Amino acid sequence: MKSKKNPFLELIQNNSVPIMFIIICAVCIPISGFSPGYLLNEIITRMGRNTFLILSLLIPIMAGMGLNFGMTLGAMAGQIALILVADWQIWGIPGIILAMIISIPISLLLGLFCGKMLNMAKGREMITSYIISYFINGLYQLVVLYMMGPIIPIIHTSIKLPRGYGIRNTVSLLNMRQHLDNLLAIRIGGAKIPVLTFLVIAMLCLFIILFRKTKLGQDMRAVGQDMDVARNAGIKVERTRIVSIIMSTVFAGLGMIIYLQNMGNIATYSSHSQIGMFCIAALLVGGASVERASIGNVFLGVTLFHLMFIVAPSTGAKITGDSMIGEYFRVFVSYGIITVALVMYEAKKRMAKSKAGKMLEDAQGKGEGN
Amino acid sequence: MSNEIPLLEIRGVKKDFFGNRVLNDINFTLKKGGILGLVGENGAGKSTLMKILFGMNVIRETGGYEGDILINGEEVNFLTPFDALEAGIGMVHQEFSLIPGFTATENILLNREPLKKNVLSEIFGDRLDKLDTSEMNRQSERAIGKMSVHIDAKMVISSMPVGHKQFTEIARELSKEQLKLLILDEPTAVLTEKEAAALLDSIRSMAAQGIAVIFITHRLHEILGVCDRVVVMRDGAVVRDALAKDADVQKITRWMVGRSVQSSREDVKIGPNKKTIMSIRKLWVDMPGEAVRNVDIDVVEGEILGIGGLAGQGKLGIPNGVMGLYHAGGTVEFDRQPIPLDSPRKCLDCSLAFVSEDRRGVGLLLDETLEWNIAFPAMQIQNKFLKKYFGGLISWRDEKAIREITKRYINELQIKCTSTKQKAKELSGGNQQKVCLAKAFALQPKFLFVSEPTRGIDVGAKSLVLSALRKFNRENGVTIMMISSELEELRMICDRIAIVSGGKIAGILPATESSESFGLLMVSQVI
Amino acid sequence: MDKTGNEATIGINTKFLEFIRGFGLPRFIIAGFLLILFIMAPFVGADFATQITNTINRFSWNAVMVLAMVPMVHSGCGLNFGLPLGIISGLLGATLSIEFGFTGATSFVMAAAIATPFALLLGGGYGWLLNKIKGGEMMIATYVGFSSVSLMCMMWLLLPYRSPTMVWGMAGKGLRTTISLEGFYDKVLANFLRINIGNLSIPVGSLLFFATLAFLMWSFLHTKTGTAMTAVGSNPVFARASGINVDKMRALSVLMSTWLSAIGILVYEQGFGFIQLYMGPFFMALPAVSAILIGGASVNKASIANVVIGTFLFQGLVTMTPTVMNSMIHMDMSEVIRVVVSNGMILYALTRKTEAKT
Repeated sequence: MKSKKNPFLELIQNNSVPIMFIIICAVCIPISGFSPGYLLNEIITRMGRNTFLILSLLIPIMAGMGLNFGMTLGAMAGQIALILVADWQIWGIPGIILAMIISIPISLLLGLFCGKMLNMAKGREMITSYIISYFINGLYQLVVLYMMGPIIPIIHTSIKLPRGYGIRNTVSLLNMRQHLDNLLAIRIGGAKIPVLTFLVIAMLCLFIILFRKTKLGQDMRAVGQDMDVARNAGIKVERTRIVSIIMSTVFAGLGMIIYLQNMGNIATYSSHSQIGMFCIAALLVGGASVERASIGNVFLGVTLFHLMFIVAPSTGAKITGDSMIGEYFRVFVSYGIITVALVMYEAKKRMAKSKAGKMLEDAQGKGEGN
Repeated sequence: MSNEIPLLEIRGVKKDFFGNRVLNDINFTLKKGGILGLVGENGAGKSTLMKILFGMNVIRETGGYEGDILINGEEVNFLTPFDALEAGIGMVHQEFSLIPGFTATENILLNREPLKKNVLSEIFGDRLDKLDTSEMNRQSERAIGKMSVHIDAKMVISSMPVGHKQFTEIARELSKEQLKLLILDEPTAVLTEKEAAALLDSIRSMAAQGIAVIFITHRLHEILGVCDRVVVMRDGAVVRDALAKDADVQKITRWMVGRSVQSSREDVKIGPNKKTIMSIRKLWVDMPGEAVRNVDIDVVEGEILGIGGLAGQGKLGIPNGVMGLYHAGGTVEFDRQPIPLDSPRKCLDCSLAFVSEDRRGVGLLLDETLEWNIAFPAMQIQNKFLKKYFGGLISWRDEKAIREITKRYINELQIKCTSTKQKAKELSGGNQQKVCLAKAFALQPKFLFVSEPTRGIDVGAKSLVLSALRKFNRENGVTIMMISSELEELRMICDRIAIVSGGKIAGILPATESSESFGLLMVSQVI
Repeated sequence: MDKTGNEATIGINTKFLEFIRGFGLPRFIIAGFLLILFIMAPFVGADFATQITNTINRFSWNAVMVLAMVPMVHSGCGLNFGLPLGIISGLLGATLSIEFGFTGATSFVMAAAIATPFALLLGGGYGWLLNKIKGGEMMIATYVGFSSVSLMCMMWLLLPYRSPTMVWGMAGKGLRTTISLEGFYDKVLANFLRINIGNLSIPVGSLLFFATLAFLMWSFLHTKTGTAMTAVGSNPVFARASGINVDKMRALSVLMSTWLSAIGILVYEQGFGFIQLYMGPFFMALPAVSAILIGGASVNKASIANVVIGTFLFQGLVTMTPTVMNSMIHMDMSEVIRVVVSNGMILYALTRKTEAKT
């Protein structure tokens, strides 16, 4: 009898988060006073910059490990690789490719550590991966701030701190800035379209789509839904989970290199720290949840979230006269959206349980009537 | 015929758990395409035998087994279930083992998917082989075709009716090419009548294709309908191995419960003039696996009322529902006062107490001391063991009184522990059970529910627990409702015994009745 | 006869091993490390008395916030990563107390008084939320903390504060990021009954204040309600079967934790001398969480002793490493060590197999 629900209403209910964001953006865009051309250009730039990173979150979600707050680990691996490449003065596309190659073993190692830890903390993967990101951040600082110089040779003074060891707060990547984006780029109207970057992203999307239909992808989906059943069927649960985290970390490392070549410099001690949060928020804005996310969610999320990101500060400034309001607002929205997603996820888990009880009760109630 | 090598031969199999003999010299054989019905009360050893046959880890962890298992005349010793699968043994468990978001096909071929090479797998290894979907569909259709029911191979498990989930499980076993022997553990428990009939047809057609089937169920008429042989187990031994055509429900029941002697107990008292202290009307309880439907029962003051029945028939649901641990409906009156359901507090306030069958999950604070475990409910419900300060504004734990009551019960029930401050998790099962009893006794209830008080404890502790209950009943006049899977135990201690079958009370008899009459009640309405 | 002797030594050996195991290897390493630091301090020229003073000082600032962890751990809500929520109530109390023109010791009392209703309100809502999402408390607590901090960032700018000591001089509105407490409650507790012996200076008042709260907490855990709360954390099903209203107990624990963290931030501010607004409370939860874990607590067990030992070890580490390490190897690695140790400790607690009920 409940199946006669209005399909339109259901559509709204299932996509309430993206719809909310569309409304926010619709209100903010006219107030902010940005031209559509400018916005379009910005969105295309940011899409090229961030999409790869966000895509790296999809695989652990498939394996039932929730939002991978440990993607920061990959970001750190990417940064270390870029610092080294910058020091060796290998620029341009070769530099980017070399950095990617160097980042992979580091990501593998970090991903392995993260995966092993998460296997020891089943049922609370998210908080654990979140703490791991802080823990590894400490080790990252140890490496970059103290070991680079004395132990890992760093030659160029433009990168090194004046005291003789450690890396400066910013490392310039001017000589590889947007090289990936500019190669094969085409201009339509005022907007530059970084075709090669999009091609790389398209390749990852294709990989993810294909991956879902492979044996490993099938195993991950099985593990994600019921570890015990998967184990009884002979699937190596722990190994599969570790592989999913390693893949996510490696992709995050590659994504971070794409992100930084677009930005043109590395904020050595802060670039990676917020990236996880913004990527996760963007994915959730696109309508994903803790247990389900698609490539469509990634693209919708990256568009809406960054639209909000661009227009919020100036809208806030126009309304209140204080530019900081908008900055705080977008941070608040990022955290708020993650909070709401987590609450909905946990509440739904409990609701599913009580619903099962209710169904039994109804059946018995009927039985009792007879 | 007789010199044909049997598919399965079980020869002198014995097994004990921690010195507790659960299987004693089991012998039987099963030929190719034969259907064998395996029956017995809970605890008769059926599931242990199947675990051995299926190479479950728990058997190896507890010291293996004695005797031989031969398949096609060759001795086998399975270290893991995968070895058993390899040798052609398939098993459908009582609990579903299915991935809810996968289709029937995906579940049928879980981890045995046919694969195709592709570019990725050439680079990254075999795990990136692509699933061969068309081959998957073909294989699952074929497996489903072996049964005489049709299920939609493309339907997602979570949206299937229960019966179809069961058939998916069976199809999964059938899809294994090497399958020679299929074990079905109570497969019809979740099926509707029509589905059950279809399943029996499927079993017949499997047998016709040369697959041997071991069929475990409590529904005796199904055994008679489909099996060629019945093996009856009791107390860890095969008591009867008969052709199905020579058996009937009465006979099997008698074999199952054994001794048809009348009990000669003289202390049974069923006072005709005693007042009813608790009356339960139209009780239903939503306890997963132990659902209760429409139960009416009256408990007489001062008696020990036993509740017996087979596992999963709802006997555990009765105390759990009345005490508010599971969602329940209906009316319960105690001492002419209505007891609200779904509220453990109200029940405890009315001087009811409950010793749960789930000792570790519900009965104990495993990480706390014995003192806490024993004194906690009495402290919270009746404000015992508390010192009041500032005119009752602050109620402080009275450690001394708590220690004393704990010591008293340690002595009374002979709880083996190092001190009153020992953690509950460090005790053995039997001693943990005694702590649970002490906890209930400390409440000084007027009415006590005891659920499976002797499950999983050794013989010494068993008799101590039973005599403590008896003493509590006879000396303090406390009415007890005791739930147990062991009929003999109920017959030893109770005054009357109610048998639950299919979530309903199948009948109430004096404890002196013969085992056979109880046995017939047990299987009367089995679902 | 010698057999018994053997048994005795084996007994001692296993007891020692068991002690280490119970104590936890990371804790053992941290305590050892701190001990080495204390021994090294005089050799590298750091004044011992100053070091002790610093450690005790920082202990007195932080101990109450660590104490705030106790109730929620007891009721099974896990580590309170949502500490910032309570801190926000404290900050509201602090700023409003100054806004209303209270000064000196009165401003501290009033700050606590004003903070209380906020803490109860926010804590009540927070408790209600945590009862809806049992099992996922810690992650959600973290993000509730973060969202509330970022929401308050906007509020600090928008709320109509007027007190010239607090708002930006130029704009005349919007609170500053750091507000000096001079003339308000700067060191009001610390200077009460302060003992000075040479370089050693002990903030007796602050310690007494903490001791009072700790004693009250200890007492609470010995009452009927406190016992029930512990039982809820130990086994919620047991507690329910024993007639305890589990949700009520959990909500109460959240309320207590939130209120204590509100008071905790006020104590911190009076010692530190400044109010830190905006992103200030953001990372306050992690040090408090790791302190109680270093002190020997686990995700579902914590005692007052854990609070005292943990805060002392953690703050000792924070104050000692910069001085000692700096003078030894001329590298200030203290920040890195702090990050690795505190997060490593939380990671250790989360990945221990003992408590994995979901």
